Amino acid sequence: MNPDVMISYLPLYKDALFLTMRVGWKGVVIAVLIGLIGSAILHFEIPIAKTVVSAYIQLFRNTPLLVQLFFIYFALPKIGVRISPEACGTWGLGLLGGAYMTETFRSGLENIPKIQFESAESLGMSRGQVFRYVILPQAISSSIPGLMANVIFLLKETSVFSTISLMDLMFTAKDLIGMYAKTIECLTLLVVFYLIMLLPVSILGNIVERRLRYAEFGD
Amino acid sequence: MQNLGIDVLFKGTNSLRLLSGLWVAVRISLISVMISILLGLIVGVLMTSKNQILKVIFRIYLEIVRIMPQMVLLFIVYFGTTRVFGWNLDAELAAIFVFSFWGIAEMGDLVRGALISIPKIQYESAMALGMNGKQVYYHVILPQTIRRLIPLSINLITRMIKTTSLVMMIGIVEVLKAAQQIIEANRRSSPNAAFGVFAVVFLLYFLICWPISKLSVYLEKRWS
Repeated sequence: MNPDVMISYLPLYKDALFLTMRVGWKGVVIAVLIGLIGSAILHFEIPIAKTVVSAYIQLFRNTPLLVQLFFIYFALPKIGVRISPEACGTWGLGLLGGAYMTETFRSGLENIPKIQFESAESLGMSRGQVFRYVILPQAISSSIPGLMANVIFLLKETSVFSTISLMDLMFTAKDLIGMYAKTIECLTLLVVFYLIMLLPVSILGNIVERRLRYAEFGD
Repeated sequence: MQNLGIDVLFKGTNSLRLLSGLWVAVRISLISVMISILLGLIVGVLMTSKNQILKVIFRIYLEIVRIMPQMVLLFIVYFGTTRVFGWNLDAELAAIFVFSFWGIAEMGDLVRGALISIPKIQYESAMALGMNGKQVYYHVILPQTIRRLIPLSINLITRMIKTTSLVMMIGIVEVLKAAQQIIEANRRSSPNAAFGVFAVVFLLYFLICWPISKLSVYLEKRWS
């Protein structure tokens, strides 16, 4: 292990980290938005839209991100849809994550016992009030653990972006190994940078999860 | 369908190549799943132990698996360890090793969750009926744990199959790599092959994983 080599690689890894984070977090935001809309559609059972959302969930949950990215990046241009690697990564991640987030939020809504709706209504609350003051707070706190797990999963999945020539951490490591054959230094840096990216999220997830336990009633 | 390039798959042995690539992916994931389930059961039981040292070790193990992308682990084992120890590692073996390492942690965590989710009253009631420790486990705890575990471990199989798509990065010719090779080889005769072939790969993965995850959901509903 040669520390000078590692220091000389740092700027390249730093750029790659920023790119990975940018694409990753954009993807996560898209995923959460899709998840909110999707779970609302499933919860209120809007016809047709409901079928589309279920089909979308099944399709994206049962195929690997790598295959989805290859399809978006290499296959779609053949029928005239051409997008940049970064947009492809962002939307690929967002669509994959959207399917997982929809499931998480939906089960969060579903886990609320029916008696909660009925009790709130018997207290004279309107449907909007029931949703705002009774259902939503419980649904949010019960889907937070799943949400955090999904965020970590999605940020981890960014490692496949190198295959569509996005200069992320994996790409940088592979490239440097290919050029200078300093395998151990490159892989060590790779691990360190993934830790920098994901350890804070993981720790935050644990803290938030513990804080939100108060919502669990009775057991 | 000339312009979408699906016809490429009907030329020569192309479809056979794609399917044999699929078999490689399924083989790797099945072996890894078997190892993960067997060792995961043991690790899961050990995780519930009160030993502080064991607890810390498993905590670190879980956290490594949770944070490190599988791709990074693949690179460390396939390129890193070969460099450090100077041995010659078969790519498929490296993949099985990494996926098992990941699967054992996942499975162990599932087993731990299933074990601690069984209420204490079950142990106490069984004891009150005069059963000894072994009998309690065998007749009361295990049947309930297994019921909770089977849907979750079936789910692990689909996740494993999906993750095997990464092995193309360490030079194993699985479905995606086979698809790329077919597309490259037929670049002149059908320039649009990328669409047809990748669409078929997408569908293949879906057709394998969808029934398995349906089964897992069905079992979960039936047994809960």
